Amino acid sequence: MSAMDPAEVFRQEASELFEVLEGALLDLGQCPDDRELVDSAFRALHTIKGSGAMFGFDKVASFTHEFETAFDRVRKGEIKPTQELISVALAAKDYIRALIEDPQSTDDIIGEAILDDLKRFVSADKPAAPVVEAPLLSPPESKQAGWHLYLEFDSHILRNGSNPLDLLEDLCKLGPCFVVPVTDGIPFLDEMEPEDCYLKWDVKLHAACTKDAIDDVFMFVQDEMKLTLSPLQRVEALAPVPLFQLSEEEPVIAEMAAPVVEAVAEQPVARAKPQSEAKPETKPEIKREAAPARREDGKQERGIATVRVQAERLDELMDRVGELVIAQARLTQLAASGSDLSIKMIAEEIERLASSLRDTTMGARMVPIGSLFGRFRRLVHDLSRDLSKPVEFVTSGEDTELDKTMIECLADPLVHLIRNAIDHGIEDTATRAANGKTDQGRIELAAVHSGAQVLVTVKDNGGGLNTARIRAKAEEQGLIAAGAVLTDHEIHQFLFHPGFSTAQTISALSGRGVGMDVVKRTIENMRGSIDLSTRPGQGTTVTLRLPLTLAIIEGLLIRVGEGRYIIPLSAVEECVELTAEDERSRGRNFLNVRGNLVPFLRLRELMAASGAPDQHQKTIIISTGETRVGLVADQIIGNHQTVIKSLSKLHSDVTIFSGATILGDGTAALILDVAQLVSLAQSKFEKQHINEAA
Amino acid sequence: MATILTVDDSPSIRQMIKVVLEPAGHNVIEAGDGAQGLAKAQAGKLDLVITDLNMPVMNGLELIRALRKLPSAVGMPIVFLTTESNDAVKQEAKSAGATGWITKPFKPEQLLAVVGKLVRT
Repeated sequence: MSAMDPAEVFRQEASELFEVLEGALLDLGQCPDDRELVDSAFRALHTIKGSGAMFGFDKVASFTHEFETAFDRVRKGEIKPTQELISVALAAKDYIRALIEDPQSTDDIIGEAILDDLKRFVSADKPAAPVVEAPLLSPPESKQAGWHLYLEFDSHILRNGSNPLDLLEDLCKLGPCFVVPVTDGIPFLDEMEPEDCYLKWDVKLHAACTKDAIDDVFMFVQDEMKLTLSPLQRVEALAPVPLFQLSEEEPVIAEMAAPVVEAVAEQPVARAKPQSEAKPETKPEIKREAAPARREDGKQERGIATVRVQAERLDELMDRVGELVIAQARLTQLAASGSDLSIKMIAEEIERLASSLRDTTMGARMVPIGSLFGRFRRLVHDLSRDLSKPVEFVTSGEDTELDKTMIECLADPLVHLIRNAIDHGIEDTATRAANGKTDQGRIELAAVHSGAQVLVTVKDNGGGLNTARIRAKAEEQGLIAAGAVLTDHEIHQFLFHPGFSTAQTISALSGRGVGMDVVKRTIENMRGSIDLSTRPGQGTTVTLRLPLTLAIIEGLLIRVGEGRYIIPLSAVEECVELTAEDERSRGRNFLNVRGNLVPFLRLRELMAASGAPDQHQKTIIISTGETRVGLVADQIIGNHQTVIKSLSKLHSDVTIFSGATILGDGTAALILDVAQLVSLAQSKFEKQHINEAA
Repeated sequence: MATILTVDDSPSIRQMIKVVLEPAGHNVIEAGDGAQGLAKAQAGKLDLVITDLNMPVMNGLELIRALRKLPSAVGMPIVFLTTESNDAVKQEAKSAGATGWITKPFKPEQLLAVVGKLVRT
């Protein structure tokens, strides 16, 4: 860690601070009287300013200064955080961010403009504070032979960590000193406070230094001492003082201090002692002292709540765990095939450890989704301003954790969805008023755990999807034949078709038909699924279902003919035997599960499996939330910790598989893509339904 | 070698202090706020504490006052970081028990000079 460049640490830190700042500013827009928010914005600014200057971001510091001054006035209650001020503050924040992250691309003119805006708030009714401090120059004292000092410290000086002996030592560094302790203030022993300082010193400094140099020595204690300073007479300076002539090279101060301590033996001036010990021969002793001290520190470090780890290291760790899980599966298989009980026990133990190691590693990669949500508040703020559609943005489930890679991948899709919701979903104010709705639209962004999945929903209370228009557009683009029978749900799927847009006008934000297909693809690449539901006049909800992690899943291993397949366990609801009655109904591809019709797929047919089917076929009921589908297989083998390996490009068109994994015996098993299988079964089922109805 | 505790909610300032003081032979330990700082001071002997004033959870002034109540911290120098050249702030911190201060922004030499003033090895 110590090798890390502080400036780089600052950049990282600053980007976090900007998020805090932005969050606080946006919240302030909602509740301008919240002191906590003002304080948190102020603190963020303060740190950016303080650290910025230190790591060479001079422009940042001076720019932030104005910003801070403005907010100081807000903090003191002198001005209100109006929407106008917040807009300027957000612009300033962006500018400072650019100054830090990409200084080349910043434009001074923009900076000046923002600064002028800020200054308006600062100096609205108060003259700007004088910036230039008059330098305190002491008159040149070139002819000076030296100084005569009389030092009288406050009695409590030692308690606050100042040591008069250290100060005397520093004074000696300025030139040869003649130091005489004045002991007349020392009380009788029974009256003496052991922590008080009773000594005074009379010092003659034989050096032509400035008064500033002396003041500098006593800088921290100026208010806790009486320093009487007078120029030394030249005659005195020439007087021979060989016995006490001190210079900074000689460590005489130690000996010098020792008698002082002895003279007032009861006076604890603790740190005078180590000075005489700091000689080479005592070094080993010092080292011995240092070692336990360090161990103690190590103990303390455990108290730290978080540690920053490079993302690649976590990825590597996950890879290793993946390999371990595969190796463990081999061991388990080997142990199971043999009869050695002790190996079996070890294999079980390792299986248990590998599984908990996997969970821990995955846990370490989990990041709360709230960090992502924060970014969208700005997006909504800006969009609602640009489109003149007042929008209330509500988020929930910020604590929901997702794999960090997934959080990164989610940002763009969510931006699209939120843009769409504001641009297309929320109606303009006039339309809303005409429909008896409130002026302010509402966008809800929520994340919630659902089994081994996370559901992220973007919900608006706008006009809802116009199914007829989507259908018309799809017909126009030749995607469906006119008059074809389609469910509303199927029609809405065209929104995910590349190049499909029903927006009448193309705005800068959306309507180009790029986006939804990319969103869908991105989500599916994460083994997630996307679903739309809409109610005319009441709004649209887009639901993203995402797996908790990308790397390892719990799977159900099944056999179909010769091949083995994995079904993600999170999608499995139950396993039932395919009854003879179901078996007979060859033409009808659905079965009756406790009174509900569930469509099923015969995996043997789907995989074109050869050989005779097992006598008792098993059905695994899988679900993607609302819809359930049965998969008919020959055998259910059992649970399997599945390390997901992606398929090569050559296999990318095989949609029913989402990946592959390596089994304990070294053979490969394909992982079934639940979302694809469900939609496949559903479309078969719906077609059958429609045909029967017709 | 002196053990120096830096208390600051800004990791970059702590890093800066670490990078400057460690090569000078000091052992630098870190705390992210006053409460953490106090816990570290209670856990082991320190030769110097460098603390920021404006921090969440427990601010610098509260930390200084709390440290001065610790028997183990009698006579231990405490330096605070401040961006204000404002004397009122300095006075307040000093009367809370601070030994000295460093004005931000500071250069490595300035930090070393102040540490040199208060820590003797």
